[in-house]
Amino acid sequence: MIAIIKYNAGNVRSVQNALNRLGYESVLTNDSDEIRKCEKVIFPGVGEASSAMNYLKERELGQLIPSLKQPVLGICLGLQLMCSSSEEANTNCLGIFDTVVKKFPSTELVPQMGWNNFERLEGDLFRGIELNDDVYFIHSYYATLCDDTIAQSNYGLPFSAALQKENFYATQFHPEKSARIGEVILKNFLAL
Amino acid sequence: MLKKRIIPCLDIKDGRTVKGVNFLSIKDAGDPISLAKRYVAEGADELVFLDITASIEKRKTLLGLVEQIAAEINIPFTVGGGINSLEDADALIQAGADKVSVNSSAVKRPELIRELAKNYGSQAVVVAIDSKQIEGEWKVVIHGGRTATEWNTLLWAQEVEKLGAGEILLTSMESDGTKDGFALEITNAVSQQVNIPVIASGGAGKKEHFKSIFQDSKASAALAASVFHFGEIQIPELKSYLKTQNIPVR
Repeated sequence: MIAIIKYNAGNVRSVQNALNRLGYESVLTNDSDEIRKCEKVIFPGVGEASSAMNYLKERELGQLIPSLKQPVLGICLGLQLMCSSSEEANTNCLGIFDTVVKKFPSTELVPQMGWNNFERLEGDLFRGIELNDDVYFIHSYYATLCDDTIAQSNYGLPFSAALQKENFYATQFHPEKSARIGEVILKNFLAL
Repeated sequence: MLKKRIIPCLDIKDGRTVKGVNFLSIKDAGDPISLAKRYVAEGADELVFLDITASIEKRKTLLGLVEQIAAEINIPFTVGGGINSLEDADALIQAGADKVSVNSSAVKRPELIRELAKNYGSQAVVVAIDSKQIEGEWKVVIHGGRTATEWNTLLWAQEVEKLGAGEILLTSMESDGTKDGFALEITNAVSQQVNIPVIASGGAGKKEHFKSIFQDSKASAALAASVFHFGEIQIPELKSYLKTQNIPVR
């Protein structure tokens, strides 16, 4: 069973729809015991960092997520909340990845909205994926490059398109909205 | 590199796809789910569904349709038409829409944009602006073009950005349905004015029109309906053509 963490951050059901299309059963939940028992955990999210962090802290999810032992996949805001802090409302985040989240400079259109490819890729999450494959991004804030960066893209500057540390994986793009390429990435995660 | 997006638009009435010419006559263009799936398979970058159903009870049909679309397609989609309140938007987002698009209701009550952005994030808020030249000035029009407003198009574009819109869907009412090409001048002016993505809409008739809107304006995306519905332009062929013209597409 795959747990999708349910919280106040946007359309979490689209992840469940994507898992259904791939033939995987999933449960939308904010119950710590239930989440801990699942084989995989997906931490999705769109929206604003500080209100999402407050919600997680109030419900023990703030302690739970960094303590999980099974493979965890953060998506979009999920990735940003797994970093150490975000410039968005100066939010302290979960601190899984040792990097900070900044706002894109106004030299580019903000948000970055649409399909972008990779400049660097590594690891099992991207098995079968090539640098010129495109995935769907929609974000105003980005995680800076760090030792945990496993995929790098460029939007006016290079940024972390994906991060990994031990059992924690995260993508800034939306695999559940990235057509066939996104399905390959989700399947790679589910096969870990 | 971020790609330019090609977006088919499906006008929905009572659960079917329709497309009018100059927003007046209506022609049936088929089942929205099968059309949506065809576009995804062909490489559409996003989809927009605009509901033009008038009556409130029929809105339930729309919610069911949105749920079905969300279950079946794996690219982002926007739903617009008849969103007057946070509750209207919430129902669509809960049903699975990635973004909602507001138009007349935002002109009547601009605060709606701020409320939507606060609740769902700017990335989920598309403001559709219908524009028309009136005595030499590009003005915002509402109610499908039937009502002129006091807003200058450029000033309104700036205002919606300030209120938290994540994207502008700009339709030239003079070009819409003509197949004579996108309105370059106003698209260019609006896309220079704001720092959020602008989707150009109205007037696509041939592949060259897409090339020129991307070459001669800062538009991030181009939207069209009938040329795709009736197969006059095939998306894969359009994209290979744009690649040969050095326009970055997926």
